[in-house]
Amino acid sequence: MKGLFIISGLGILAMLAEIFKFKRALYPIVLIGILAAYVANFMEFNNNMSIEQFNNMIRFDNVALAFSGVIIITAFFWFILANDYFNSETSLADHFSLVLFAITGGLMLTAFSNMTTLFLGIEILSIPLYVLAASKKNDVRSNEAGFKYLIMGSMASAFLLFGIALIYGATGTFDIMLMRSKIAGGNMPMFFYAGVIMMLVAMCFKVSAAPFHFWAPDVYQGSPTVITALMSTIVKTAAFAAFMRLFLIGFGGISETWGMALSVVIALSLVISNITAAAQTSVKRMLAYSSISHAAFMLMAILAVNAKFSVPSILYYTLAYSIGSISSFTVLYHISKNGDESFEAFNGLAKRNPMVALGMLIAMLSLAGIPVTAGFFAKYFVFTTLIASSYKWLLILAVLTSCVGVYYYFKVIIAMYFKKPHTEEPVAFESSHAMLLAITTAITIILGLLPDLIVKML
Amino acid sequence: MLTGFLILFPLIASLILFLVKGDGAKKMAFAFSLVEFGISLLAYVWFRANPAMDTLSLNCTWVESLGIKFAVGFDGISMLLVLLTTFLVPLIILSSFQTTYDKPNTFYGLVLLMQSALVGVFVANDGFLFYVFWELALIPIYFICLLWGGENRAKITFKFFVYTLFGSLFMLIGLIFLYNHTGLDTGIKSWAINDLYAAGRSLTEAQQTFVFWTIFVAFAIKMPIFPLHTWQPDTYVTAPTQGTMLLSGIMLKMGTFGVIKWLLPVVPLALEKWGGVAIGFAVVGIIYASCIAIVQKDYKRLIAYSSIAHVGLIAAGILSANQQGVQGAVIQMLSHGINVVGLFLIADILMRHTGTRDITKLGGIRSMNGQFGVLFLIILLGSVALPLTNGFVGEFLLINGVFQFNAWMGAFAALTIILGAVYMLRSYQAIMLGEKKSNEVTFGALADTDKAVLIIVCIAVIAFGVYPKPLNDLAEPAVKALLMNLK
Repeated sequence: MKGLFIISGLGILAMLAEIFKFKRALYPIVLIGILAAYVANFMEFNNNMSIEQFNNMIRFDNVALAFSGVIIITAFFWFILANDYFNSETSLADHFSLVLFAITGGLMLTAFSNMTTLFLGIEILSIPLYVLAASKKNDVRSNEAGFKYLIMGSMASAFLLFGIALIYGATGTFDIMLMRSKIAGGNMPMFFYAGVIMMLVAMCFKVSAAPFHFWAPDVYQGSPTVITALMSTIVKTAAFAAFMRLFLIGFGGISETWGMALSVVIALSLVISNITAAAQTSVKRMLAYSSISHAAFMLMAILAVNAKFSVPSILYYTLAYSIGSISSFTVLYHISKNGDESFEAFNGLAKRNPMVALGMLIAMLSLAGIPVTAGFFAKYFVFTTLIASSYKWLLILAVLTSCVGVYYYFKVIIAMYFKKPHTEEPVAFESSHAMLLAITTAITIILGLLPDLIVKML
Repeated sequence: MLTGFLILFPLIASLILFLVKGDGAKKMAFAFSLVEFGISLLAYVWFRANPAMDTLSLNCTWVESLGIKFAVGFDGISMLLVLLTTFLVPLIILSSFQTTYDKPNTFYGLVLLMQSALVGVFVANDGFLFYVFWELALIPIYFICLLWGGENRAKITFKFFVYTLFGSLFMLIGLIFLYNHTGLDTGIKSWAINDLYAAGRSLTEAQQTFVFWTIFVAFAIKMPIFPLHTWQPDTYVTAPTQGTMLLSGIMLKMGTFGVIKWLLPVVPLALEKWGGVAIGFAVVGIIYASCIAIVQKDYKRLIAYSSIAHVGLIAAGILSANQQGVQGAVIQMLSHGINVVGLFLIADILMRHTGTRDITKLGGIRSMNGQFGVLFLIILLGSVALPLTNGFVGEFLLINGVFQFNAWMGAFAALTIILGAVYMLRSYQAIMLGEKKSNEVTFGALADTDKAVLIIVCIAVIAFGVYPKPLNDLAEPAVKALLMNLK
């Protein structure tokens, strides 16, 4: 809870920076503030005092705190990645506050226990992102991305709101715990199930699962690279925390009604994302499609509705995926400084900067799920969770599509290690980013060797 | 402890090589691999003195919440395969002394990294650990083939990678399925090999069938068994010679070893039902690959196909699940590993000395270099399983084993001896005998290192052919213990 306060306080502070002229000092303040938020968040862990806040509108239990921890630590890494973004733009303070408010929304989503908080969290998360996606003001694609994201996001919000209204009509409550006990009583009217499905659709929009994924590739490609990194890490984690909380706690008792629909969503996501990703020429767009495939994996853990394993496996997956994404976007950001985001831009990176190539190699291996990286255990946990359920056929599909996944991740590796570079000049990598890459790479390996560090938390 | 050290030592050695700059990587790698061989010999002596000794094995917790342990140890079969690995790697490194690779430190580092993973596969006593090493072995060989391979390598090595990864993901599902059935009475799930055995045997026939096929696919791709062999000839031909040696000499044995240790004892019911079908595939593969080998012109490709034929027989022997079959398979795995390294070196020597591996363009080399002719002939005879060579011991037991399972299968499998003699002797005749084909082809003296490798291989061929007792002594009790599990 304190983490949420600190981050939103930082957001307000960032808005004041323009007025009181301490813009230059803002970046270190934000970094320190985020670390403070992480510490505060960590202190509350396993500390059962004051879990429920604001008449049980929000509930920072251990699950919420763990996901908040993932979001805050990713945010810290993201700010290090994005230092140029804040230095080069004119309207500096606005961007800080927009990002910080988006993170605030993300933290609310990890901990909501009332559907109004869910809706508020999603809006607080999304509205700054619409602006940030369009923040390259003179770029047509960036404007297109912002516009598309706004239209699609609003539509999803409308679905969500309609769903909430229908469910409220059937159960008479916004509180997910009360809702759960009402559902357990049985005999729900037909429109209640319509409401559940509408919420499912809305959440699938937010996590960009097929067939509600059409916005994702364009938005990812059009937005500035650092904002894409923000979307595929923090926003993804928050959306999944919310998805999980809503469907495992709220609708966990009626999993058979939404399970079938969700399994179709997962199957479509796996097939469409991996096959389309394999055909991409732009690395950024490939990462966008691959994020859909990772979303499908996380959804599988939700689909299993396994009391013991679902939550830890999603937690581990979000962390592994976020860290892998931060690594790969850091490298992509430098490679694509001249605007070339294609696979060819990576040609001969192993010669131009071997250490960076090694970092990217490990990130790609992790995203592809090769041991002993974090990405492997992430997939492994999903497999163990799902194999105990009745959706074993999805596992076979997941294996087949994972092999397709290896194809496009290895395209990057082959380009780095095998293709001749256009120029021999070394890739410049500023020290803060080199440090960041070293840390995220180390975390990828450490999590791969010692997954207990995360899984045992819950 | 020593087992853990056997895994750790090449790993550390490879890291040292990655960091070292400049020349000398070759010699350092060779020295490291010799030390590793020495350690494994020490382990062998201790193991023979007291097979049940605990000081060799290592068992510590890795991921507690999932019941994953870092458990490694020896039995007779894994001892043999570890010895094979540590024996072959120095030979493979020595055989590369006449070739200059760019970035040698990376190359030899990868070779040693691969050795570490291979030893890990053979000694793992924990299902999860086995899987991790299995996958780890794939990464270095992928890069060896990708970075130092021949024409069209990006495409071919990629096909190889995806093929094997595809198999291993299925194996992972099969293993997780087993894992989920462990500890049903105690509630504590475990990856320990004995718990997985128990879990497997508690399954119904239908469930065992599921496990059998998911796991078998991975092993069948690795070996490879018909019809999952299509990655193999291209990969063997494209890979650098040392990569091919690693692939065929050692990595192929991961598949056959996997069937012996991780499949046979787990699913006895499914084996009874589906073993015949799998043997059928293996036997078809033997004849199919032999027939293709007969018409090959590229000598390296010819050996690649002969390797499919040999491994098909090994697989058939294992799946027949009787003492002769499995014991023969273990011994043949060793002999094949040694012989095939010799044969691939010969292909490499031909390439280096004459610039071609096309057997129709070669001829009369024996008259130019008689010594090479003799060494070549000995290895070749070992490969066609002439009595008193190492190939004979294993192949005889194997055919005997398959014959006990089903006389018809045995008869067809035995064709491998005839067909093998056809393609091997035909290639020898074309390359070594007859008239010199073109005037440019001159064949000078062999380099010392090449000669050393070939002589060592020849000694092994004859020594184990005349006196296979040490191998049998190791293999027999281990196989017996394993087959007891089946009953």
